[in-house]
Amino acid sequence: MKLTLSIWRQKNPGSKGKFVSYPVEVPNGEMSVLECLDVLNETLSERGEEPVAFEHDCREGICGTCGFMINGVAHGPMPATTICQLTMRHFKDGEELVMEPWRSRAFPFVKDLVVDRRSFDRIIQSGGYVSVSTGNVPDGNAIPIGKDDADRSMDAAACIGCGACVAACPNGSAALFTGAKIAHLGILPQGKPEQDRRAVQMVAQMNAEGFGSCTNIGECTGVCPKEIPLEAIAKMNHDYLLGAWKERKSVVTAIAPVTGWEFGEK
Amino acid sequence: MKLDARIPTGPIEDAWDSAKFEMKLVNPANKRRHNLIVVGSGLAGASAAATLGELGYNVKCFCFQDSPRRAHSIAAQGGINAAKNYQNDGDSIYRLFYDTVKGGDFRAREGNVYRLAQNSVHIIDQCVAQGVPFAREYGGSLENRSFGGAQVSRTFYARGQTGQQLLLGAYQALERQVDAGQVTMIPRTEMLDLIVIDGQARGIVARNLITGKLSVHLAEAVILATGGYGNVYYLSTNAKGSNATAIWRAHKRGALFANPCFTQIHPTCIPVSGDYQSKLTLMSESLRNDGRIWVPKQKGDKRRPDQIPEDERDYYLERKYPAFGNLVPRDVASRNAKAVCDEGRGVGETGLGVYLDFADAIQRLGVETIRDSYGNLFDMYQRITDEDPYKVPMRIYPAMHYTMGGLWVDYQLQSTIPGLFVLGEANFSDHGANRLGASALMQGLSDGYFITPYTVGNYLASSKLKDVKASDPAVQAALTATEQGIAKLLSIKGKRTVDSFHRELGKIMWDDCGMSRNAAGLRDAIGRIRALREEFWQNLNVPGSGDDLNQSLEKAGRVADFFELGELICIDALERNESCGGHFREEYQTPEGEAQRDDEHYGYVAAWGYTGPGNKPELTKEPLEFVYVHPSQRSYK
Ligand SMILES: Cc1cc2nc3c(=O)[nH]c(=O)nc-3n(C[C@H](O)[C@H](O)[C@H](O)COP(=O)(O)OP(=O)(O)OC[C@H]3O[C@@H](n4cnc5c(N)ncnc54)[C@H](O)[C@@H]3O)c2cc1C
Ligand code: FES
Repeated sequence: MKLTLSIWRQKNPGSKGKFVSYPVEVPNGEMSVLECLDVLNETLSERGEEPVAFEHDCREGICGTCGFMINGVAHGPMPATTICQLTMRHFKDGEELVMEPWRSRAFPFVKDLVVDRRSFDRIIQSGGYVSVSTGNVPDGNAIPIGKDDADRSMDAAACIGCGACVAACPNGSAALFTGAKIAHLGILPQGKPEQDRRAVQMVAQMNAEGFGSCTNIGECTGVCPKEIPLEAIAKMNHDYLLGAWKERKSVVTAIAPVTGWEFGEK
Repeated sequence: MKLDARIPTGPIEDAWDSAKFEMKLVNPANKRRHNLIVVGSGLAGASAAATLGELGYNVKCFCFQDSPRRAHSIAAQGGINAAKNYQNDGDSIYRLFYDTVKGGDFRAREGNVYRLAQNSVHIIDQCVAQGVPFAREYGGSLENRSFGGAQVSRTFYARGQTGQQLLLGAYQALERQVDAGQVTMIPRTEMLDLIVIDGQARGIVARNLITGKLSVHLAEAVILATGGYGNVYYLSTNAKGSNATAIWRAHKRGALFANPCFTQIHPTCIPVSGDYQSKLTLMSESLRNDGRIWVPKQKGDKRRPDQIPEDERDYYLERKYPAFGNLVPRDVASRNAKAVCDEGRGVGETGLGVYLDFADAIQRLGVETIRDSYGNLFDMYQRITDEDPYKVPMRIYPAMHYTMGGLWVDYQLQSTIPGLFVLGEANFSDHGANRLGASALMQGLSDGYFITPYTVGNYLASSKLKDVKASDPAVQAALTATEQGIAKLLSIKGKRTVDSFHRELGKIMWDDCGMSRNAAGLRDAIGRIRALREEFWQNLNVPGSGDDLNQSLEKAGRVADFFELGELICIDALERNESCGGHFREEYQTPEGEAQRDDEHYGYVAAWGYTGPGNKPELTKEPLEFVYVHPSQRSYK
């Protein structure tokens, strides 16, 4: 099978980018899209050209490192599938695959198909945890949690933080990502004490990062490789409304977004 | 050199408590004056960094990915062991200890393993409190399943994503400390050298992967939690970025490397499909709870599996090991799969595969129950192979998976360089020659949450640490050496890509130092690795420059280290004239083809010292003593 890959090539945020077309040959439908890029990169390297920069690590659909658009769809055409798990058998001979990075104000561009997603970490920093220190805990079975609650919490906790939801959203909203963490922790008894504060802080951080607002379009859940349900956003809105009222006296400060790569010290 | 493992004396049940009592404490007000470096944000690194931050230390934590949440621990599927005995099936700390020592084929320290079993129960409590959504019974209590190498149900899990959920728990605890100002997280930054001053670990040299800039970070102690080195074999179940650079460079600065040849091949992975293959996908071991492994009785039987009648199938694990059946430990399961394929009874196009069949389980338990337990694994299998495991048996084959070897550490998890601590898969500590399923996650979290926070404090309180400045000659020397190393890789401008070298190295390792090994093959492998390494340094081509994101350059540095480590793995395998656990030397087997240990001559930890480029490494032996679990021929029959 022969295909054309049209890939966004841009050396750094300061330079101009463009699509470059590369013909590729695919020996076997079991080959993944990333393996196809590997083969292309081998050829480019042998020719002395710079290989395409793209991110990946586990290649099992769980680490959330990989991700870019194929023909305008985050993670490509297969539902519930990350790019690293997408095999070439889903494409037809002669097809052109247009590959470009996630585009969002809150994901600054880095190189080729790579962007900076540290804004997600800061959203978690702002409250996406249970404040419990090592050692200071009861027995695991001391807090019974019904199977249904555990399952619903797990459905939300399955988020891999890849950023596809943001890339797919016409508003560039991170509501699904943020809602998934609020739902994961908020459904469990362990997360209840901080439920109000968590929602208020995380939403404030999401806004400070420059993500857009959610208008319930639902593209996010459509491309989500873990099929996080829209219910997570409903849970976020619910907790936020309640929290904003109950916490109306507390001061909410967002963490300042960082875009540089200097970490001090020589 | 004489190795002192600092194992506490006295009854094993009290050893860890009394060790903790003996440890010196750092005054709470002084903790914030201590700077610590944690390299790695997997289960071991994130849990250590978070806990040290909670205690009040000033911590810097590094990872090479864009976020700490992406560490390879995220990929662990099956579960985590703990001796809770919630199932009332006779489990206990002592039994978990016993199983782990025996499963490791009597090549681990009893003291360490006992402590691991003790800590296991606290880990579950800790993770539950953080909000890890473990599987639950309808009544609300925690659910368990059984895992290879054990006859009790002691494995806790969160669907097929246990590693992900445990890591997110640790990651969230870490981010909480970042928010509190206790931990500075430094992602996309790779440690390239260890700074040793007056014999103590005092910092690292690191490279920012986006800007290419090198930086120096100084500290009172350095903690490495950088994961395993399975990617020496190129194809493995590890994440593509997993590498040995941090531990290898620390080794070159004086840390001994223990039992490098103890590598684990996982029996249940999706078989290789072509030359372009970039990694191998694990199908969790938990599948062996309900799946039955078989091959056709006849050689070269090319019929579809559903056309092979029951009496023409060989359920070879159930036949040979009636007591454990499909749940024998990994090394036994892997070797048997290789054996039936070598006989020509393998399945699939390449003949390198065996069936893992769920038909009986589906009939017994119903599709829904199976989907509930393994749904995401089945989906993953189908996505890759285009076959439906609810209808057609899975095809599986062994693959490189985990490394029991690693930097040598004492009971306090300190390496042979004072102030350098090593945790998680990066150390050699608790699994001997073979790791049991669901115990790496346990070890990583035990090291990070419950051991290092005490032992690092003890080190700080009992050591004299002088003030160190970046202008120190040792710091500058490490920085210059790193700069030169990078410049060298970029300057070769040869013809071959990094991946082509890595693939070839991996093939040598897999063929001659994989599931089974022999002296002639190992000698030959060492020669071929050296020749290939020489070619690497003359004919490598790294496109691009050193001052921006250059993934070929990152890989080149890692592969350069894999060459040296690969050779050491073979040297260690050649030196160990016995079979034990994952190390199977064809010359040493029982008449039934099982591993034949030689406790009298090889009942030790082999700790290797670096003696300079091209020189023969120096071997130091740490004898192992077994007071509680008497070494016996492992039998799973
Ligand atoms: C597919 C798969 C499934 C598994 N399933 C299970 C299971 O069910 N149960 C179980 O118990 N075990 C399982 N394991 C094993 C277990 O996941 C690992 O052994 C364990 O997670 C390792 O954790 P770690 O913290 O030591 O290292 P890792 O999680 O590998 O983390 C390494 C960290 O070090 C960083 N790092 C590495 N080098 C550098 C450097 N030079 N500079 C800066 N940072 C660096 C990385 O960025 C990363 O943050 C599985 C393993 C695999 C491959
Ligand atoms: S590489 Fe990990 S999810 Fe794709």
